[in-house]
Amino acid sequence: MTTEAKTETRHLLDLQNVSIVFGGLRAVSNVNMYIDEHELIGLIGPNGAGKTTAFNLITGVYVPTEGDIYFDGKRINGKKSYQVTQMGMARTFQNIRLFSELPVIDNVKIAYHMHIQYNLPEAIFRTKKYFREEDDVTEKAMELLKIFHLEEHANDLAKNLPYGAQRRLEIARALATEPKLLLLDEPAAGMNPQETKELMEMIRWLRDHFHLAILLIEHDMSLVMGVCQRIYVLEYGLCIANGTPDEIRHNKRVIEAYLGEEVS
Amino acid sequence: MNSLVKADIRKLGIAAVLFAAIYGMLETEIIGAFWELNLVLIMINIILATSLNMINGYTGQFSIGHAGFFAIGAYMGAIMTVKLGYDMPVALIVGTISAGIVGFLVGLPTLRLNGDYLAIATLGLGEIIRICILNIEYVGGASGLMGIPRLTTFPMAFWIMVAILFFIKNFKNSAYGRACLAIRENEIAADTMGIDTTRYKVMAFTLGASFAGTAGVLFSHYFFIAHPASFTFMRSFDILTMVVLGGLGSMTGSVTGAIVLTFISAALSDFPEWRMLIYSVAMIVLMLYRPQGLFGDKELSLQMIRSLKMGGKKNDD
Repeated sequence: MTTEAKTETRHLLDLQNVSIVFGGLRAVSNVNMYIDEHELIGLIGPNGAGKTTAFNLITGVYVPTEGDIYFDGKRINGKKSYQVTQMGMARTFQNIRLFSELPVIDNVKIAYHMHIQYNLPEAIFRTKKYFREEDDVTEKAMELLKIFHLEEHANDLAKNLPYGAQRRLEIARALATEPKLLLLDEPAAGMNPQETKELMEMIRWLRDHFHLAILLIEHDMSLVMGVCQRIYVLEYGLCIANGTPDEIRHNKRVIEAYLGEEVS
Repeated sequence: MNSLVKADIRKLGIAAVLFAAIYGMLETEIIGAFWELNLVLIMINIILATSLNMINGYTGQFSIGHAGFFAIGAYMGAIMTVKLGYDMPVALIVGTISAGIVGFLVGLPTLRLNGDYLAIATLGLGEIIRICILNIEYVGGASGLMGIPRLTTFPMAFWIMVAILFFIKNFKNSAYGRACLAIRENEIAADTMGIDTTRYKVMAFTLGASFAGTAGVLFSHYFFIAHPASFTFMRSFDILTMVVLGGLGSMTGSVTGAIVLTFISAALSDFPEWRMLIYSVAMIVLMLYRPQGLFGDKELSLQMIRSLKMGGKKNDD
């Protein structure tokens, strides 16, 4: 394929033959993947398959050794995380990374950072613009907290929230960047079946309410099979299958990857 | 939002009352020359401590080279007045900006480091600046730059300090300050929230360095002399001690730390050998019983005093 042809992409996110090599290890190898607007996509695979590495490649934490990543029509290889976020991609982390010593509301307000227009002198001299934008951001942040039932915790420190609420706050914070694509890294980790079910509902609702595309890494099969329209399966860095939940459920290689090879 | 403006006006009012009270006592000589000198020193130390708190406390970048920027301010200011014959405002501006420029140039590469590595790099930087000065004959080398006119007055030091405190307070309560706090809390998450972490680290470092420069100009123009021995790494540790004593991340804490420690060392000026002993005992006790510092990262406010139903501490800027 010529380079000109490669830059053409109709998808919101498009990974073309993406690989990353750490020393001798190909953690992600020749992965092709795309996501369209408003899609809900799952990324599954056994432990160590390279799911989080793929996430880190997409969000600019790592630079791919080979291949190209396009987001919103632009090549994003080598762009820094904050630049990728500014282009409209937000993520959560497998191990929660909140601003734990700050109040819940500030966690969300920080995520509005790139939408703030006032400059440093205006902040120091507290002009009308400063107050207007600060009020605006506070209001928006409170609205988001309400959606996630966190409004009564607005002034508590993030570290003092219960575990489930911390997960919700992380999603709220990611949404505050006003993304087009939301990446959730094992959002159901550590949740009980009831909470997982509620999360499923919420993820679907989020996509519709915020007009998002969502890419989900998950171990919980019921969650992935229940909400995702398409699923990619990674094993040892290779994409071994992709398709609808039904196709994946009956795919022989996927079953082997998860349960081991059939005997006899 | 109006209540915020009112709160600012009230704080300015408190500052004015405080100023009038101290100035009155100076004029009527209730406060003698020795304590006047220490008052100015307190102002200077407050500027140093709160500006270091911007870097170490808000942004979480552990810098221990603040004396270097203090020295740059002191010398550049003195060059302006002694060598080039300019007035104090020019000295203040040049001292502030040149310390800021050095902070910027140094911050750009070193702020890629974190934790211990940054601490060592800034420590080295402070020493490099001092040794450079030591070897420049133009500014007097090892014997220091002498004959600096006493252009710093108590009102000048006081109002510059108040202006800087307002700057830092408003900085913290803006999107810029929040970005710095986010970097302190979790740099990776801050990055993922669309914050250009390098930019804000360098910004906090540059602003902190600039204010240290301002303090330097005030310092050299109060004590007639700029001497390399005033800017050793012990000075950096003194400033850091003030910040840690008050609580990393608390501006009012830094103010309190600066007042308490300057006061202690002034009171012990007759027994200099006791000073370091009391310092170290104070630090050990603090680290054992209150490792987060006097105030943690909370700010002292009238509300806080009210809720405690007692006003133990005084300064409330």
